[in-house]
Amino acid sequence: MELDPTEIFRQEAAELLDSLETVLLDLGQTPQDRDLIDAAFRALHTIKGSGAMFGFDRVAAFTHDFETAFDLIRKGKIDASGDIVTVSLAAKDYIRTLIDDPDSTDPIIGEAIVEELQRAIGGLGASAEVAPAASEDLDAPAAPALAGWRVEIGFDPTIPCNGTNPLVLLDDLRALGPCTVIADLDAVPELSGLDPEACLIGWTVTLHGACTKEDVEDVFMFVRDEMKLTITALDGPSAQTPAQEWAPLDMSMPAAVMVVKSLPAVEAPPAAVERPVPEKAEFARRSEDKGSTVRVQAERLDELMDRVGELVIAQARLSQLAHSGTDLAIKAIAEDIERLASGLRDSTMGVRMVPMGSLFGRFRRLVHDLSRDLGKPVDFVTVGEDTELDKTMIERLADPLVHLIRNAIDHGIEPAQQRGQTSKSPTGRIELAARYVGAQVLVTVQDDGAGLDTARIRAKAEEQGLIVPGTPLSEHDIHQLLFHPGFSTAKTISALSGRGVGMDVVKRTIEAMRGTIELTTIPGHGSSVTLRLPLTLAIIEGLLIRVGEGRYIIPLSAVEECVELTAADEARARGRSFLTVRGDLVPFLRLRDLFDAEGEVAPYQKVIITTMGDTRVGLVVDQIIGSHQTVIKSLSKLHSDVTMFSGATILGDGSAALILDVAQLVTLGQSRVDNDRTSEAA
Amino acid sequence: MQQIQTCEPAGNQPPASEIRLQVLMVGLGNEILAIETDMVREIIDPVPATRVAGARTFLPALINVRGNVIPLADLRLRFGMPAAPATADTRIVVVEIEIDGDPVTLGILADKVFEVTEVSSRHTQQTPRLGSQWRPEFIRFITKWNDEFVIIPDMARTLG
Repeated sequence: MELDPTEIFRQEAAELLDSLETVLLDLGQTPQDRDLIDAAFRALHTIKGSGAMFGFDRVAAFTHDFETAFDLIRKGKIDASGDIVTVSLAAKDYIRTLIDDPDSTDPIIGEAIVEELQRAIGGLGASAEVAPAASEDLDAPAAPALAGWRVEIGFDPTIPCNGTNPLVLLDDLRALGPCTVIADLDAVPELSGLDPEACLIGWTVTLHGACTKEDVEDVFMFVRDEMKLTITALDGPSAQTPAQEWAPLDMSMPAAVMVVKSLPAVEAPPAAVERPVPEKAEFARRSEDKGSTVRVQAERLDELMDRVGELVIAQARLSQLAHSGTDLAIKAIAEDIERLASGLRDSTMGVRMVPMGSLFGRFRRLVHDLSRDLGKPVDFVTVGEDTELDKTMIERLADPLVHLIRNAIDHGIEPAQQRGQTSKSPTGRIELAARYVGAQVLVTVQDDGAGLDTARIRAKAEEQGLIVPGTPLSEHDIHQLLFHPGFSTAKTISALSGRGVGMDVVKRTIEAMRGTIELTTIPGHGSSVTLRLPLTLAIIEGLLIRVGEGRYIIPLSAVEECVELTAADEARARGRSFLTVRGDLVPFLRLRDLFDAEGEVAPYQKVIITTMGDTRVGLVVDQIIGSHQTVIKSLSKLHSDVTMFSGATILGDGSAALILDVAQLVTLGQSRVDNDRTSEAA
Repeated sequence: MQQIQTCEPAGNQPPASEIRLQVLMVGLGNEILAIETDMVREIIDPVPATRVAGARTFLPALINVRGNVIPLADLRLRFGMPAAPATADTRIVVVEIEIDGDPVTLGILADKVFEVTEVSSRHTQQTPRLGSQWRPEFIRFITKWNDEFVIIPDMARTLG
């Protein structure tokens, strides 16, 4: 389980780069946002710092220039222009390749990016680089002359273990202006008692420079929690005095510096991070750190989920046994265990859930780049970022969504001039939305473009021999041709889309997740693609029902209400399967017929009204047994042709029961309604 | 083909054309099937099965085997034999096969389970004396055991 420190850096850097990308994209929209600028700076600073620590020298060197640029932005010397954002995004990609595969990365690319950056910031970076102090003076003439700060620094003794080098920080202070540094050696013990890994020296720095208090604080930005920092303003006239007073003391400095210098030499190797001794101190500190996270391998979570699943099944059996007996004590224990198991189930599942926002973030970059490359300005709107989905599903959704968004921009959104001729705004709009609907998550990609060109799709399909010319097809059927492998209507094949390998792959991927894909379009107003994904958590609340001799589970989240199927209803429904529920006509399906079930028909059949989106369908069952904690077991590949069931579970008595696929049944019910209508019309 | 390679006993170099298999002899109707022991996980007594509506006829049900829900296959129906009620000898042979690269576990209903033995393709019988219901692509080869014809089915094809 030992993780290579380099690997930890890679993972952390990947996260930092992701957040950097988000920040940069936000910055492109609100260039004045201080928080964003600071966040970008911090991310770059951390990448640079830890890159250098783990031997990624090229990363550190390359990042340095960008850190400098963002420092300038932070100080308000330059604005975060669109150019800077664009070049920074390119830089972010380059840093990623530098980290992932440094050997095959050509430094020329990096140099080009840096050159572009220098152009974007108008050469300020370079000058600030060479003579920071000078530029400070030039740019901030209004600051009170020669005022300064007295900075008292007391580090936490453990900071060298975290890779902090106090001397570098002192150097940073010097960069703000002329400094007098005095070391406080009081806490340093005799040599015999000296812990070479602890930093016991305090410093008092008198800084003469026209800088703000924030500038000083920023130097310690990353160690602020692990130190005592007192910053007091120096009085104008007395500013010189302390310096002179302390000047003689400076003579004693070399000795102190010697001691200090030996510190970094000891803690320098990257392995220092993994050292066990300082662990305790670190833990104590971390535990105070709210919102801290732990990295866990996905397989371990899967294993945990399996165990919880088994526990829930065992608990169901225990409950059944306890309730059939008369022993109150056992009943009490069974109830306790039921409560614990369901709590454990919820928390375990929560661990696996990831908000959609983590996925949506990636697409902002995609839209940004595509919109630039195609010259189509696009507003990208995301809705429902906090909709949570199982992590594995989120991963599998990424590629299909990339295809859909590409299609929307490339084929959907018209060029700006063309949009100008209509009443639309020249800027296109793409909305990526996620929301819960019953037991499903709906992910929608919607554009306000031209909509699907049904005639062209038809012509293309005929040309490619997918359909016989003149075949009568509904619009819906024609749109389905888009999902045909090898179909492409793009007039020219662009680098982005139009190879016709998109939609069929998307469809297959979604169907492999037991989801469905729907396409709707309004000519002239855009089209939308909706992915319906089952909320396939490993465990759901279910309603246990009986049909004939078989027991089945209906996901409780899809159940709206249960009503009795009266003889009157039955009589009225003869031939047509409709039920009036509070004034609405609801089609119903007799599961008994559907499942070809055997056994006696119950005298009082029940109808379970289930919903999927806006459509409702009633399911006629013989008996409602009760709610059931359902551990979903996926159906075997051999049963992949079974459409009415989405999975199976194990009941309290150890037998298997099937879980109804409500989405499929609703579609089936709806199609019967349509059939009825058409036959009535005819 | 993979199964053939893995089933060759090490050290014993049979002629290239000969395949020697460790098999489990299973009675199905009037026939005897040989199932390679490599794919057999366990043999269990019949357990309550849950009917799956809409599934292919030879995969009519699901069973729970140690917390795993697996399909139960009735090969009688696949091989064109009439269905038959369970008897005292009925067993379920749990096998794991590979279909399109994925391991698939399932139970196979057997009217009777005989023994584990070794068969060789050397005694392969060319004459398909069996009825036309035996689709040739389901059969790897037919051999003899105790003077009886034994069918070595190609499980992946039979079930796929």
